[in-house]
Amino acid sequence: MWIEALIAVTLASAGAVFLSPNKVAGKIAFVLSLLPVGGSLWMYSTYEASGNALLEGSTLAFETNADWIVAGPYSLNWHVGLDGISMPLIALTTVLTSLALLASWTPIDERQSQFYGLMLFLEASLLGVFSALDFFVWFVFWEMVLVPMYVLIGVWGGPRRKYAAIKMFVYTNIASLALFIGFTALVFGLGDAVNTFDMAAVAQALRAGELGALGPIGAGTLKLVAFVAMFVGFAVKVPVVPFHTWLPDAHVEAPTPVSIMLAGVLLKMGTYALLRFNFTMLPDIAQQNAQLIALFAVISVIYGAMLALAQTDLKRIVAYSSVSSMGYVILGLVAYTVYGMGGATFQMVAHGLISGLMFMAVGVIYNTTHTRMVSDMSGLASKMPITVAVFVAGAFGYMGLPLMAGFAAELFIFLGAFGAFEGSVLFTAAAMFGIVIVAGYLLLAMQRTLFGPFEIETDYEVSPAAFHDVAPLVVLILLVVLLGVDPNIFFEMIQNAVDPLAPAAGGGV
Amino acid sequence: MVYQLPPWAALAPTLLFVAVALVLFVIDSINPDTENRLLLAATATAGSLAAAGVSVWYLLAGTGEAPIRLFQNTLVVDTMSLFFAFVFASVTALVVVASYDYMRDHSYQAEYYALVALAASGMTLMPAANSLAVVFISLELSSLPSYALVAILKRNRGSVEAGLKYFLIGALSSSILAYGISLVYAVSGSLLLPQVAEAASVEGLTGVLGIGVLMVLGGFAFKTASVPFHFWAPEAYEGAPAPVSAFLSSASKAAGFAVAFRVFTVAFPVETYVQTAAASIDWVLAVQILAVVTMTLGNFAAATQDTVKRMLAYSSVGHAGYALIGLAALTGGNDQFVLGASMAHLLVYGFMNTGAFLFIALAEYWSVGRTFEDYNGLATRAPFACAAMTVFMFSLAGLPPFGGFASKYLLFAGAVGAGFWWLAAVGAINSALSLYYYSRVVKAMWIEEPSSEFAIESKPVGLYAAIAAAAVATVLLLPGFAPVWEYAQSAAAALVA
Repeated sequence: MWIEALIAVTLASAGAVFLSPNKVAGKIAFVLSLLPVGGSLWMYSTYEASGNALLEGSTLAFETNADWIVAGPYSLNWHVGLDGISMPLIALTTVLTSLALLASWTPIDERQSQFYGLMLFLEASLLGVFSALDFFVWFVFWEMVLVPMYVLIGVWGGPRRKYAAIKMFVYTNIASLALFIGFTALVFGLGDAVNTFDMAAVAQALRAGELGALGPIGAGTLKLVAFVAMFVGFAVKVPVVPFHTWLPDAHVEAPTPVSIMLAGVLLKMGTYALLRFNFTMLPDIAQQNAQLIALFAVISVIYGAMLALAQTDLKRIVAYSSVSSMGYVILGLVAYTVYGMGGATFQMVAHGLISGLMFMAVGVIYNTTHTRMVSDMSGLASKMPITVAVFVAGAFGYMGLPLMAGFAAELFIFLGAFGAFEGSVLFTAAAMFGIVIVAGYLLLAMQRTLFGPFEIETDYEVSPAAFHDVAPLVVLILLVVLLGVDPNIFFEMIQNAVDPLAPAAGGGV
Repeated sequence: MVYQLPPWAALAPTLLFVAVALVLFVIDSINPDTENRLLLAATATAGSLAAAGVSVWYLLAGTGEAPIRLFQNTLVVDTMSLFFAFVFASVTALVVVASYDYMRDHSYQAEYYALVALAASGMTLMPAANSLAVVFISLELSSLPSYALVAILKRNRGSVEAGLKYFLIGALSSSILAYGISLVYAVSGSLLLPQVAEAASVEGLTGVLGIGVLMVLGGFAFKTASVPFHFWAPEAYEGAPAPVSAFLSSASKAAGFAVAFRVFTVAFPVETYVQTAAASIDWVLAVQILAVVTMTLGNFAAATQDTVKRMLAYSSVGHAGYALIGLAALTGGNDQFVLGASMAHLLVYGFMNTGAFLFIALAEYWSVGRTFEDYNGLATRAPFACAAMTVFMFSLAGLPPFGGFASKYLLFAGAVGAGFWWLAAVGAINSALSLYYYSRVVKAMWIEEPSSEFAIESKPVGLYAAIAAAAVATVLLLPGFAPVWEYAQSAAAALVA
């Protein structure tokens, strides 16, 4: 009931904002977005669930399971509910959306009501993605995310926005088709073993080895093909190198608040889905190919970081570092240990907050300097002290400074991945090396732009940012520190939800 | 005591449309130069809504569960005919509401609405036709007014040319159909579909009967705008007034499918030739080929168009290909599912495609222009209508969260379940390709900068109401797909169970 209310309120807010006048749309949207924030926090405080939503013996929070369509042998249900993996992501989505709306007040200066309406529509779709437990419902929300994103980048983006929007749309739509075919093939392959598209039923049937042949394709091949199809489908969203090329374009062209949502929440859809589908439903395939998947992860970490090192645009640096950070998540997932998978889930939240913060800070700097080129500015610290302070703190969070959320997440991932499978030591060590590169490019960029004597290449006057620009930055850094000091705010429930996954796969710590 | 309606009352949707046409003729003969658009449009709207309401009422009351056979079994009212009556009546209602504004400055107002009502009465008769003679008559009853409707803009070259082309090809295909029917009659000695089936079961669909079946199939291909009789469609849809294009591409097409479904499943059931002679005409195979060619050709042609209306015309050909899967995937042991999925798709298509053409009508009303570029930046001026058009485009492409996703998905799933995974694969690939040209419209409206300066002077109430209703229906058809699906399934069960 509460999930439906959360989504419905957000959708209704989107409609109200869409119809409101441009001048006040931003303020109305922000105030209305506090409703889902309050709702998700209330849900967090009354949250009571145990186990993994897709596996046997779990109890879910706020679950509803109602009949929707009965199609021949299959029933499609409206099935939503939360477990320890989805609850933190729901909270992340609502909080980050509110802050992103606040960060839109300065940069968005045309067609405001449409912009804010679409942002809230995006939020509603994301909430649906993280709470849906029936594949059909989940897929509806998954696709719903694309439409507002396409328009948000295409209308309010930078000079090459049309190219970036189309590229994102085409990449992710082809990916959706691949994952859709992959999953449906699995369901058809299960034959009489399942009579629904319920993710839990499918996961349990698959783990029980019920998969049969589909036409001429044998069960073993079908499993592998479906795994690859879904992996590619989600890898585009994450993104994993070499499926990442749409991301820098989308980030650079997207306006700041859209970048915040893209890096903060949308990328997590990919890793969340990987965890829910590939790693929960087909653990044997994932483990047989652990080295290969880990290789992709490590390449993402190192290559993403190297690309970031080569950039001269602050936003591009942050964008590529997202590719790098999401590589850690994949590494943690493939470890199949409680710490590895739990750390990966925790990293989704931590990276959501930190990358949101970094994009926001870059946006605030851009609002006043009108440039993002590293070479164009220096010594901003003297002009915008608070923004710069938060930026530096966020950057250290990115590097994994202890007592920040990123440290907890990455530590868990490395602990969990270190001895997880044959050769994992090498992969983990290589991934750890990525942190050095991250530190390298972030320190370099900060040293050039923020410190030293003040200089700027544009004619704009640089002044401290407005309160409504700085406030969300401060809130975010406080949240990052809070989660770093006490990871158990989320880690306990995450651990509870990934615990059933790890031992079944023979994992350890 | 429950009052029992007489059996002929089962034809109420048809009778209502005939009554509307007659009332409009009366109004027109009393005052031939009437300027009272509201009276004319309101009469037609009330009649269509009443027809839609009656069909829903009958469906809910279970009127068609035991088929009502009328006039010595030449007409049969069952769930299937009521289901389609609802589709035609709702499309007609949307079209006449939109025409209130669109036909504002045109002459022949009363004639226009009367012709729409007459065509609709023919369409509502088509799914109920249980005799080849009634099939032919009802098909002509819906076709003849359509020719006139396409050409109703008498001073517009495109409209007249389209009408003529439509009429010539229509006449040709009608003669093919009539000839096919005569061949079938020559062999079976009856025009009633069940008796044709009896005769066919004796010797299979061989020889003269086989040729007759193929010719009948050709006649239906014309009505549904399927290959090889599709080439009138782009011309007619583009040249006709946009509400008429909406009417033809949604309702008329669905009517063609409805009658094809009944004739082929009842008169030439698959079992007759599966069990008998090996030389039988395999019409399922023929439909499979037609389905693949139709959807592929429609989609590729749509992708290369410069004008939005013509793109929609070809997309409508493509959708005929999807709907043909309902017949093409028979013999796979999943008959009811896939036939029902096809019917459900036609219902959803009725709303989303009508809505899309009505948006074109709105653009024509504003004199926006015809090409994709002319739509650039339209969302800044008319965000509400453009949001509705976005809904139609994405729903036609089969993207969630709209009705088109559910119906298309179940259609393809039905084909896979029947073992025709390659049909579903071709459909899915085509569906993915179609996103390219549908999203061009969305991109033009929302993302491109306006290329020309034009002012929107007024927001026509009728067009807006019709577009809004179609958009709301398209969205609600996803969460509310269950009842549509159930009735489509029981409609299919009336034919193949």
